Amino acid sequence: MCAKAIEFQDVVKRYEHVTAVAGVSFSIEYGAVAALLGGNGAGKTTLLSMLLGLVTPTQGKINVLGSDMLRQRYQVLPKISFMSPYVELPFRLTVEQNLTFYAQLYGVSRARKMVDRLLAELDLLHVKKRTYGSLSAGQRTRVALAKSLLNSPELLVLDEPTASLDPDTADYMRGYLLNYRNENNATLFMASHNMVEVERMCDQVVILKAGRVADIAAPAALLGKYGRGTLEQVFLDVARHDQPLVKAHE
Amino acid sequence: MSRVTINRWLKRMSRRILVDQVKQSLLRIFAIHRRHYYLMRGSWPRIAEMFYWPTVQMVMWGFMNQYLTQRAEGVYIGAGMLIAAFLLWDVLFRSQLGVSLAFFEEIYSRNLGYLFVSPLRPQELVLSLLSIAVLRTGLGVGVAAWLAIPFYGFSIFDLGWALVAFFCNLIFFGWAIGLAVVSMVMRYGMGAESLAWALVFVFAPITGVYYPISVLPQWLQYISWCLPPTYVFEGLRELIGMHTVNMMFLSYALVLNLVYVAIAAALFLVAFRAARQRGLLLQIGE
Repeated sequence: MCAKAIEFQDVVKRYEHVTAVAGVSFSIEYGAVAALLGGNGAGKTTLLSMLLGLVTPTQGKINVLGSDMLRQRYQVLPKISFMSPYVELPFRLTVEQNLTFYAQLYGVSRARKMVDRLLAELDLLHVKKRTYGSLSAGQRTRVALAKSLLNSPELLVLDEPTASLDPDTADYMRGYLLNYRNENNATLFMASHNMVEVERMCDQVVILKAGRVADIAAPAALLGKYGRGTLEQVFLDVARHDQPLVKAHE
Repeated sequence: MSRVTINRWLKRMSRRILVDQVKQSLLRIFAIHRRHYYLMRGSWPRIAEMFYWPTVQMVMWGFMNQYLTQRAEGVYIGAGMLIAAFLLWDVLFRSQLGVSLAFFEEIYSRNLGYLFVSPLRPQELVLSLLSIAVLRTGLGVGVAAWLAIPFYGFSIFDLGWALVAFFCNLIFFGWAIGLAVVSMVMRYGMGAESLAWALVFVFAPITGVYYPISVLPQWLQYISWCLPPTYVFEGLRELIGMHTVNMMFLSYALVLNLVYVAIAAALFLVAFRAARQRGLLLQIGE
């Protein structure tokens, strides 16, 4: 098994006249919970999209779970999963139908059992016959999480996983995700604007600024380095500083 | 262990891996079928729409056919000619629409992001769209064709195996148009959606659906003969009028269809690759 779950090597993405990602290099260890922070336009979405193979980099190399994401994308995709409140599931299908459909798409063996287990664990049994479109935002997020766990991913990529959730449900979700990581030694890589969440969950934080890695370290190390009490203050320090503070590094 | 034994073992293993990959691929294609089956099952307007237009138009062209055969002196309208022409035209229309709509459903539900990060390959998505189009067309037009029997005493099924050949050729050309539309939508976004309803009608006047293409200007006839449906509709007239199946026409149509479908599939893959480069896969709906 490769020691790095995610490895970006000098990755650049240019869209015609805009450079969204300007030479990013970093890696995430297996089993880590890592966060990707950055202001609007910092390049987070592009970076996540490249990680998932939705966008091809202009330059550089991305290794995911030991495979080259450009050349071996379809070997990697069955082992990873993605969840975002900004991508929807088919509205007119019921929760159960959505999960059954995706279980088949991922080739999940004993799909029905897996669907039932996830519905129970994420407290969705009572809405399994309801259409996805009729659910509240919080319920939709939980269904999306259930979908993303169907294939028991080794790498789970999350885009603001607790956005639109009430504090109680968000807390439950964070606990659930950490438990999943601990039980499966999975790697979690999440983009988030919720600094409290990042501090609580993550072993590693990657801060992006203007398409470059401005800093990368454990939350506690970042607090010490910037002499701040919260990650939000660190984020503001980095965001308001003119130049990237730290060159991209391991 | 001898080298021969090792080679045999390797061959057996690679065959097993290949079989497993094909099996997985089919499962993913059937998963997309399942998703559309669920969608149809839960939405009666979608089911009704599938049967409504073919049936309404069949009824209209049926009356037109009756009127012309009874009243139009000196004009030869074979029994059921217009009904058959309409039903076959609708095969082409529904086939391309089936491909486009199946793809649009994913855009409408903003589900493409999840689909494209699943193990589903673009080629599998294409095969799913094409097979869904066949099912939708077969059901929609099939019901209209069946209703034409009690309504007008005309059974298109009497055309025998030639009907299967006509049907397949029109389905294939519909696939090509549908994939071209989907490629345009991937490149230009949903602004190109209207092509799904409009593009196919460019071919209606020049492929001789309701009249022989000999009525077209000579220069336009050259274009017509480059289009597979022309051979189908000319062949249909020959079959109903002279009771002969023009094998040459069917062969030309098939060869042309292979070329058009190959071009359209390549166009789709190029559009998909371009969308990944431009970062459009998550923004197609916009």
